[in-house]
Amino acid sequence: MIGDAANFSSAGRTHWGWIIAISLLLLLLPAVFDTNTPTLLGIWALFALSLGLMWGYAGILSFGHAAYFGLGAYTYAITSMNLGESTAAWMLAILLPAFVAALIGAMMFYGRISDVYMGVITLVFSLIMAKFMGATAGDAYSIGNARLGGFNGIPAFPILNVPGDPSTLIIGVPLYYLVVCCLIFCYLISRWVLSSAFGRILLGIRENESRIELLGYNAPAYKTAIFSLSAAMAGMAGCLFASWAEIVTPALFGLGQSVEVIIWVIAGGLGTLMGPVIGAVLLGTMKLLLGGQTFIDNSLVIGAILVLVVLLLPRGLLPTAMGWRKQQDQRSVSRARNNSMRRRTGERRQPRATAGQDKSGGQS
Amino acid sequence: MSEMIVETRDLSMRFGGVLAVNNVNFNLRERELRCLIGPNGAGKSTLFKCMTGLHEINHSNGRVFIRGQDVTGWRPHEIVRLGVGIKTQVPSVMNGLTVWENLWLSARRIHGKNGAYPEVDRVIEELGLQTHMRRNVGELAHGQRQIVEIGLVLCQRPKLVLLDEPAAGITGAEADRLVELIHGINQQAAVVVVDHDMNFVRMLGGSVTVLHQGAVLMEGATDAVMNNAKVREVYIGNRAK
Repeated sequence: MIGDAANFSSAGRTHWGWIIAISLLLLLLPAVFDTNTPTLLGIWALFALSLGLMWGYAGILSFGHAAYFGLGAYTYAITSMNLGESTAAWMLAILLPAFVAALIGAMMFYGRISDVYMGVITLVFSLIMAKFMGATAGDAYSIGNARLGGFNGIPAFPILNVPGDPSTLIIGVPLYYLVVCCLIFCYLISRWVLSSAFGRILLGIRENESRIELLGYNAPAYKTAIFSLSAAMAGMAGCLFASWAEIVTPALFGLGQSVEVIIWVIAGGLGTLMGPVIGAVLLGTMKLLLGGQTFIDNSLVIGAILVLVVLLLPRGLLPTAMGWRKQQDQRSVSRARNNSMRRRTGERRQPRATAGQDKSGGQS
Repeated sequence: MSEMIVETRDLSMRFGGVLAVNNVNFNLRERELRCLIGPNGAGKSTLFKCMTGLHEINHSNGRVFIRGQDVTGWRPHEIVRLGVGIKTQVPSVMNGLTVWENLWLSARRIHGKNGAYPEVDRVIEELGLQTHMRRNVGELAHGQRQIVEIGLVLCQRPKLVLLDEPAAGITGAEADRLVELIHGINQQAAVVVVDHDMNFVRMLGGSVTVLHQGAVLMEGATDAVMNNAKVREVYIGNRAK
């Protein structure tokens, strides 16, 4: 019997050294940089991670993942406005998207809807949410104290506070640290899920769903569960975004948001957990930098990057880099092996040469 | 007398204007080995899919009983949980996972977290897959993938095994090995083999059900069926030896 992790290599491994190093860097970052932009990038990274987990490991592509991001943001804004503090709002912002995703997921997966129609359903749900929220201007559209506000969205809701202490707000550097903690927590949760039997069955579903059913597993139940977990993470990201931006608008449900996260995941590397995070941080930074200029349209550049990545690095940045490193390692191993073989052959030849010299020496 | 493990009652399946399975009453007893043969389009694979839940059926199609349970309309995973091992016509394996991972996924549901490891080791040894266990199944040759898929069935220690064209695309030596494996499985389980390779069916022995135009044409021992004039006419034709 061989070790579990060694046998099950397809789920990837937890590189604790990298995690600790990156965590330390992220913790020290506020000493050098302003945390406003890194906070936003961290939120986007969490959003990308949520899609990357579901798409990369269970093969479920949602074209409307922004629906759960927006739902988390709106749920937080509405609940915190009504309750006046954030703890319950935070929890509800995670649970409601998870619940909605479980309902939609169960309908799609138990209904044996094909991948194409599944993409359409997720996209349409997101667009319906955006359209509906955009049409909620006027006093009639209120939930308790919260007016939904149509295209203007909901501003001025209470931002995150320390649980049980509404007067201590989590803003600025503390919000940055909270985002980093959420990101690391969700990464570790994802890693744990993938290393469990549940995660391995998800890999099986990604590879061949009908075979997994023929092994006796209830594939729709597993798919619904991962869809719901992914939506919970997206909802958490939405909630953090709401607290960072201090306003929520229907654009959060928009097509642009859904497409962007797909691009982040593809560019970073599908089938990895760190890839989507890297993709979100790199492309998010680029988006923010491009946002400051008027020379070229932002979305054109992002679109061009997607085309380039698909053409030049079809596996995405991280898997390509890992593949390149593996190749280098293999080359250096084979070089070392060749050198040692050459040395050994040389050692074997040398005594013969010495013997020849002795002979000739003797003859002379 | 041993118990009935599979029973279909008046099973029919229609695709548009084509009646693929026509009122089939098929019975199989515990530890029986039965080959389901017939020319192309006879309805073998359709019958197989109706029995395994791969084709959705309801009571208007007739009924399917497996191990005494009416499984009509059940989903494949529910049928498998009755102790049924299924190998499909085209190798249905998880190509992006290694051989070991494939077998582990099969063994995990039946044998639990700790029991899965020794079971996988046993099956790898039994099938001689030691040298391939770390390779992705997608990298293996067709015949080897067939063997891996049989490994998936073996890991589940089923009471009923349904094999759809297990000999398709394998070499002579691999066929001998496959016959040996199927006889091994048959020591513990009833086996249904769907195939149209007559030599392979002869090698397997057991009893044979011949399907023709969706209906049962004849049932009986291999030699009796092979020598039947009607069977030769509809199935083997003048190529029969």
